[in-house]
Amino acid sequence: MLLSETAISPLFSLAPLIVFLPVLGLLLNIIFGGRMGEKAIGWLASVASGLTFVVSSLLAYGLWAAHGETVVVPFADWITIGSLHIPWNFRVDTLSVTMMLAVSGVGTLIHIYAIGYMHEDVRFKNDPKRFRRFFVFLNLFIAMMMILVSGDSYLMLFVGWEGVGLCSFLLIGFWYDMDTLGRPSWANSNAAKKAFITNRIGDFGFLLAALTMFWAFGSVQFGEVFGKAEEIAAAQPAVIIAITLFMLIGVTGKSAQIPLYVWLPDAMAGPTPVSALIHAATMVTAGVYLVARSWPLYTLAPDAQYIVAMVGAVTALFAATIAVGQYDIKKVLAYSTISQLGFMVAAVGMGAFVAGMFHLVTHAFFKALLFLSAGSVILGLERGHHHLAHHKGHEEHEGKHEEVFDPGDMRNMGGLRKRMPVTFWLYIIGTLALAGIFPFAGFWSKDEILLDAAKLHPEIFIILTTAAFFTAFYMGRQIWMVFFGEPRHEAAAHAEESPKIITVPLMVLAGLSVLGGALNLPGVHTLGHWLEHTIELAEHELHLPAWLEISWGGLNPVVALVSTLLALLAIYISWLIYGRKPLTAGQKDPLKKPLGFIFTGMENKWFVDEGYWAVFVNRYVDIARFLADVVDWRFWHDWFHDKVIAGTYVWLSHIALNRYADQKGIDAFFNGLGDLTKRLSAFLRRLQNGFVRSYALAVMLGVIVIVGYLLMK
Amino acid sequence: MIPLTYYLVLSAILFTMGALGVLIRRNALVIFMSVELMLNAANLAFVAFARQYNAFSGQLFVFFVMTVAAAEVAVGLALIVAIFRVKHNIDVDQMSSLKG
Amino acid sequence: MTPSDLLSILPLLVLVVWACALLLVDLWLKRKGVTAFLAALGLALTAGLALAQAGEETTAFGGMVALDGFASFLNVLFPLSGLLGIAVAYGYLKRMNIERGEYYSLLLFSTAGMMLMAHAADLVVVFLALEFLSLPLYVLAAFARPRLDSEEAGLKYFLLGAFASAFVIYGIALIYGATGTTSLSGIVAAIEAGSLGTSGLLLTIGAALFLVGFGFKVAAVPFHMWTPDVYHGAPTPVTAFMAVGAKAAGFAALLRVFVTAFPALDADLTPVVWVLAALTMFVGNVVAIAQTNIKRMLAYSSIAHAGYILMAFVAFGNPATRADAVASALFYLVTYALTSYGAWAAVIALEKQDPSAGSGQAASGLEINDFAGLGRRRPALAAAMTVFMLSLTGMPPTLGLVGKFYLFRTVIEAGQVWLAVIGVLTSLISAYYYLRVVVVMYMREGAPETTREPWLDFTWAVSALATVILSFLPMALFAWASAAGVMGF
Repeated sequence: MLLSETAISPLFSLAPLIVFLPVLGLLLNIIFGGRMGEKAIGWLASVASGLTFVVSSLLAYGLWAAHGETVVVPFADWITIGSLHIPWNFRVDTLSVTMMLAVSGVGTLIHIYAIGYMHEDVRFKNDPKRFRRFFVFLNLFIAMMMILVSGDSYLMLFVGWEGVGLCSFLLIGFWYDMDTLGRPSWANSNAAKKAFITNRIGDFGFLLAALTMFWAFGSVQFGEVFGKAEEIAAAQPAVIIAITLFMLIGVTGKSAQIPLYVWLPDAMAGPTPVSALIHAATMVTAGVYLVARSWPLYTLAPDAQYIVAMVGAVTALFAATIAVGQYDIKKVLAYSTISQLGFMVAAVGMGAFVAGMFHLVTHAFFKALLFLSAGSVILGLERGHHHLAHHKGHEEHEGKHEEVFDPGDMRNMGGLRKRMPVTFWLYIIGTLALAGIFPFAGFWSKDEILLDAAKLHPEIFIILTTAAFFTAFYMGRQIWMVFFGEPRHEAAAHAEESPKIITVPLMVLAGLSVLGGALNLPGVHTLGHWLEHTIELAEHELHLPAWLEISWGGLNPVVALVSTLLALLAIYISWLIYGRKPLTAGQKDPLKKPLGFIFTGMENKWFVDEGYWAVFVNRYVDIARFLADVVDWRFWHDWFHDKVIAGTYVWLSHIALNRYADQKGIDAFFNGLGDLTKRLSAFLRRLQNGFVRSYALAVMLGVIVIVGYLLMK
Repeated sequence: MIPLTYYLVLSAILFTMGALGVLIRRNALVIFMSVELMLNAANLAFVAFARQYNAFSGQLFVFFVMTVAAAEVAVGLALIVAIFRVKHNIDVDQMSSLKG
Repeated sequence: MTPSDLLSILPLLVLVVWACALLLVDLWLKRKGVTAFLAALGLALTAGLALAQAGEETTAFGGMVALDGFASFLNVLFPLSGLLGIAVAYGYLKRMNIERGEYYSLLLFSTAGMMLMAHAADLVVVFLALEFLSLPLYVLAAFARPRLDSEEAGLKYFLLGAFASAFVIYGIALIYGATGTTSLSGIVAAIEAGSLGTSGLLLTIGAALFLVGFGFKVAAVPFHMWTPDVYHGAPTPVTAFMAVGAKAAGFAALLRVFVTAFPALDADLTPVVWVLAALTMFVGNVVAIAQTNIKRMLAYSSIAHAGYILMAFVAFGNPATRADAVASALFYLVTYALTSYGAWAAVIALEKQDPSAGSGQAASGLEINDFAGLGRRRPALAAAMTVFMLSLTGMPPTLGLVGKFYLFRTVIEAGQVWLAVIGVLTSLISAYYYLRVVVVMYMREGAPETTREPWLDFTWAVSALATVILSFLPMALFAWASAAGVMGF
């Protein structure tokens, strides 16, 4: 079906552009990037992303004008084999448009930020030529993410799913041959590999879900699947449960839940814009989007839903505890992301799809803000370090450069609010939003999740609230350690503020973090109504305790109060520990002694990675090595191939055939014959003795024999 | 009448003696003489048969044989003389440088 | 004697008269090269006349002489062979200081004798022709007079040749006694009339003795023992001429007499011929292996080739294969003539006088090892020699292969498969000593001195070319030989 044949508003025909604009951007950068300057490359990519945002906005407008009616924009026929027909259609509905806007919007801001950030980073790492590659990959990511959210079938979604996984790999391992300080290292490549492989395990789950779906439903198109969902659920409920649980595996991979979250902290090895865009705001939310999109299936499998919610909740708490013990500024934020994703997954698991999507959007704002600000902090420290090196002169220059200096380690920071004020305030805004302090965006979205949790699954409410407490605590710890107190390192003492190209996008995000709550204020539920066109919210018959029934225009004061008080308490406690007596250089974390082994566990991420290595990875390596060394090399190559086959052949040809058959047999026989002939010849020759009389005798003998013979006859 | 077979037997004996002469004697001339003896044995046979058939052709053949024998003698004696000039002897056993 | 009689043997007559005249004219000629030229002219004339006569079929001189396809074929072969004989002798005689005009006359006489043999239709004529061709050869063999080995060769040839002729005569006598006639057609008539009785035995023994005598001439085992010594001792051009001409004439007689007169005797004689053929092939090839002198090697090789032709001769008794036997024998004689002359020409090119020799010493340069390095020195000559060796072995792409093929086919047609097997095996053995020459020429280091004489080079070059080219186009020759195989009378 051609676009022209569909009777839809011409705005929707712009839908394919959301994919092809970033593709065009990356192609132009590939082809012409060599001749363009850094600024041109960066702005080209940013414009491509920006235009995508514009198109998304137009689509949103068109959708709003069409009263939220879902529109499917056919684009091309992808697979047509016999009865299998899988087209590439663009699905423009409220859910996908929301995602489009969030991704392209935040994405564009991060593109702009990255122009400035990468300019400094490639110089710090000494490889300015790699600048172009970064923006090519970024645009590729936007394109892939757009395919993911705009797909009309699980297969198209999967294409985008894999695509963003690829981009994640490429971008985490952007500095594939060096570590953060520019020294040759495998660290970044290993992190990229870990991300890819862990995601692959998740993808395996997703594929199982898709295949089961195809087997049960005969299609993977959203429309067809969701249409038949109830009927299949009635006939074969196990199928729905299987599909939803397989999908959960995919979600735990992509959205970093237990047990497949381990790649996300390592992914911080990538440049900060990557961490912000992919591992905070957009890619990791794909799992949440998937569950929200599959709401018809999930609502038909309540048991699966509960498992999803539990996984999310436990992850939220687990990750939050780890964040408390981390020293790297980005690692804290990474575990925080895992934790917040846990909130979102728990929300959509409980059936609170709107709450989950709301938190997805606000989290994109403030987490991006936090990451990018952290990036600004790191850059500031790097500038300070560089400054130091130049000012101190050559001999000490040598010495300083050999010292291992990690610009991201919070133990090297301190007192940065004086040296980098803009960054400081931005960070504060982000922290407050994350902690869920009224009236920042995080308060509204987190509160809604908590409310829904309290109403539906109280135990999940308890877990999530505890996680929220920890969230506020570790963010407070971070603020005190980084911005207050005295600088614990020379570099921090000389840190410099970042340029406008870095701070301006941050201000936009900060604004969104402050005002983002307006998207879905209780009672008004703008987002909720918007999403309702796509997601039918179930009406629950709930018997709620009285305190939960209270509604101040939609807001439940009890839950709000409890969460806010807990957050403030947590910040106060963190001030007591880290703010009142600020850390000095080389001092151990004050929590270490009181918490003892608990803190060690938090510090070491509860040894999960080590556990995985010991149980899974090393065993796999052992099996692989066994198969390679013993089965393949020693058994097959060395023994069977070399001894048995080659040996047999050698024996056969050298000994059996060559020595016995040929040399002793055939050669001997024929040489013997030749020899015999020669000897016969020599013998007969002697008959010719030169005497005429013997010649005559020979004649006579011949005559006698012949005549004799004839006479006898 | 003397039966044919007597002639034939005589012819055969002469022939055989001639052959033996060739085989036994060492002097080239004597060997040649033995060959002539063999030829004459054949002549005898021819004449005997001619008599038997009452035909002339056999006797004619004898002339041919004698003529040819004479020619042979001419050639042969020339050869023997030529050798004698070099070796000063006509012992055929001494002329065995070609062998093998 | 009628004019037509004379006309029927015109080429022969011309040749004889020419030879006599040459003998006289030679007395006035200082340069013997002119004699050679005149002799060649005479032979050419004879060959032309013989060609002109081809296709006629008559008998003459009261049935003693026949002119038919068989005779015509050989009448062209013999003069041509004589021409080649002069070509190879021309420079050699000068070189070896034995140049005398009588050589050419003797050669012409011998050729005339061979031609008479081709015409023969009566045993008397056969005998006459035999002596006519042999006597000059005895003299020619001893031609290199001061040299002892040449004289020894001549004497041996003479003594043994006379011995063999005696057998022939006695055999004819017995045949005459059995049938009352010496005319071949008469003999056939007598046999068919069946009026033999006990004379049948006489006839058979007579035929056997005849076979013995001619066996000597063609060098069949065990009558072959003169061949190595005579071929070795005689001057090489004489050897070449003998090897081709005398052998061909001998076979001509055998073929003519046995096919025409004695087919009825095949029951008795075929086993004898079979054994002769087998022995000849065997001994000829086996003893050749041990030879180091090229002339002796080629002598044994010619014995072996006589054996191959005898192999086809075995088929004489069977009327169905008779014509084939004659045809393939004739074809092979031509093949052998070409190849043999070529090989002997190559040997002559390498032969040289031993400088340390007195008057009685042998020529040198005739060991096989003297051929070493020829491939590099004279590539064309070596290539030609290779062709000859291959042809003698019977390998493609030479005429020798075609000839051998026809011979084998005839033998198998006659049902003598075992003989064919022996033939093949001995051919195989022969490959050793023939190819040994090739190996020595190309793969051993040496610096042979060779002579370049225009007519000599012409001989081996033309022979080599003919051997190769005719092997691809044997049809014409084979057609002619087949026509000749059906003897006209």
